[in-house]
Amino acid sequence: MAKITFIQPDGSKQVVEATVGQTVMEAAKLENVPGIEAECGGACACATCHVYIAEGWREKTGAPSEMEEDMLDFAFDVRTESRLCCQIKVTEELDGLIVQVPAKQF
Amino acid sequence: MTMVQDRPPGQIIETDVVIIGAGPVALFAVFELGLLDIRAHLIDILDKPGGQCAELYPEKPIYDIPGLPVVTGQELTDRLMEQIKPFDPTFHLNERVDEISKHDDGRFLLKTDVGTCFLTKVVVIGAGGGSFTPKRPPIDGIEAYEGTSVHYSVRRMEVFRDKNILIVGGGDSALDWTLSLQPLSKSLTLLHRRDDFRAAPHSVEKMREMVAAGDMRLMIGQLSCLHGNDGLLESVTVKTKEGEERLPVDTLLPFFGLTMKLGPIADWGLNLEENLIPVDTEKFETSEPRIFAVGDINVYPGKLKLILSGFHEAALMAQKAHKYIYPDKKLLFQYTTSSSSLQKKLGVR
Ligand SMILES: Cc1cc2nc3c(=O)[nH]c(=O)nc-3n(C[C@H](O)[C@H](O)[C@H](O)COP(=O)(O)OP(=O)(O)OC[C@H]3O[C@@H](n4cnc5c(N)ncnc54)[C@H](O)[C@@H]3O)c2cc1C
Ligand code: FES
Repeated sequence: MAKITFIQPDGSKQVVEATVGQTVMEAAKLENVPGIEAECGGACACATCHVYIAEGWREKTGAPSEMEEDMLDFAFDVRTESRLCCQIKVTEELDGLIVQVPAKQF
Repeated sequence: MTMVQDRPPGQIIETDVVIIGAGPVALFAVFELGLLDIRAHLIDILDKPGGQCAELYPEKPIYDIPGLPVVTGQELTDRLMEQIKPFDPTFHLNERVDEISKHDDGRFLLKTDVGTCFLTKVVVIGAGGGSFTPKRPPIDGIEAYEGTSVHYSVRRMEVFRDKNILIVGGGDSALDWTLSLQPLSKSLTLLHRRDDFRAAPHSVEKMREMVAAGDMRLMIGQLSCLHGNDGLLESVTVKTKEGEERLPVDTLLPFFGLTMKLGPIADWGLNLEENLIPVDTEKFETSEPRIFAVGDINVYPGKLKLILSGFHEAALMAQKAHKYIYPDKKLLFQYTTSSSSLQKKLGVR
């Protein structure tokens, strides 16, 4: 198990219990985290699961793959800390992860 | 297969079946209808057949098509196109069906956004998640400029002559239009979030040559704000690594791919449940007799949005469509393996 905190643009927080092996997107969808739309169901084909990884967690989540970088072109307000959360696999190491939900998905 | 391009507007095409959409389910419907001697016209707003498979995930693998352990979205589309070849369907691409109305003689009159009209006995809606439409960047107030200063596609290049153009994006559309519009523009800037492009390498190379020659500008950054009055754009704010820059432009072309929107289907007078069309599970007919709905667009108890379910729906739909189109003909249930008449239709020798 890993606890993941989603911070909304208005500052409100939601902590989600994620199972190892799930993706961060799946964990968010199961708990109906607002702002994670995930239209393509995790196929890295829609960019509507865009999040910002909080300071201190970027090394653990790693960098986006080339395919994910290409898909990030379709996200709005992309930053260095941007990831598509369907491409982040939950591991024990990610227990405590904090991500920010962007103000707008495309 | 017939691909219809420049046809004079206003002409009415009379046919037995029109299929709205050319996604995988619509393509297989051509097959099932074809086995029953029914030829189809297909209309899709995309510039190619294959629906979601071809537009959203051409390179990605699908693992749950019966008999094909793994097949990509594009491969499945190509195979379906090959499978329906004997039935010579007519494709009307880059057209969106806007209106359906009942004709005096009981047939349906369909009208597309470019004015093509169809008179048909049966309509099959295979519209999936709706019409593919360009994505609108979520920038405040952008709607006010659409059609005047903001354009999501290019229909007539002349409109862009002597304009100060900003093109946003890093795919083929953005690069192709950069190369085509630069010669007639007053100034042209291409804006992309990173100095890496998904577009074909040779167009990227050409673009870089134009930048080096001083014919255009390449900016790395993101659009954040639009400024103007009365629908006329005067400048935009671009966020770059160095900070913000205000760029004077009067024309903006954002290319951020396509998304599915229900579109005109909502206005056709059919029953809808949360943007889906309820059907029965015997014939997959809608609240309007002779109008069927198959694939992702329909809903019924237990519905799964899977390609294989859509294929099954298409087979049962075709049986009922046959009754409407050939009311006096009896249908004999046959296998393609053993029926010489079916094999003849398929061109098997
Ligand atoms: C990333 C991803 C992965 C997927 N993986 C699988 C998988 O592994 N297995 C599986 O079974 N399914 C999968 N799916 C779902 C599958 O792609 C859909 O179920 C399938 O495409 C539905 O086919 P369809 O023919 O009903 O509609 P679509 O493929 O949605 O095609 C509908 C077409 O109709 C057109 N259209 C709509 N309205 C109009 C109009 N008014 N005028 C003109 N044209 C119109 C649209 O432009 C579109 O091209 C996946 C989907 C995605 C996005
Ligand atoms: S869910 Fe579509 S890219 Fe992540």
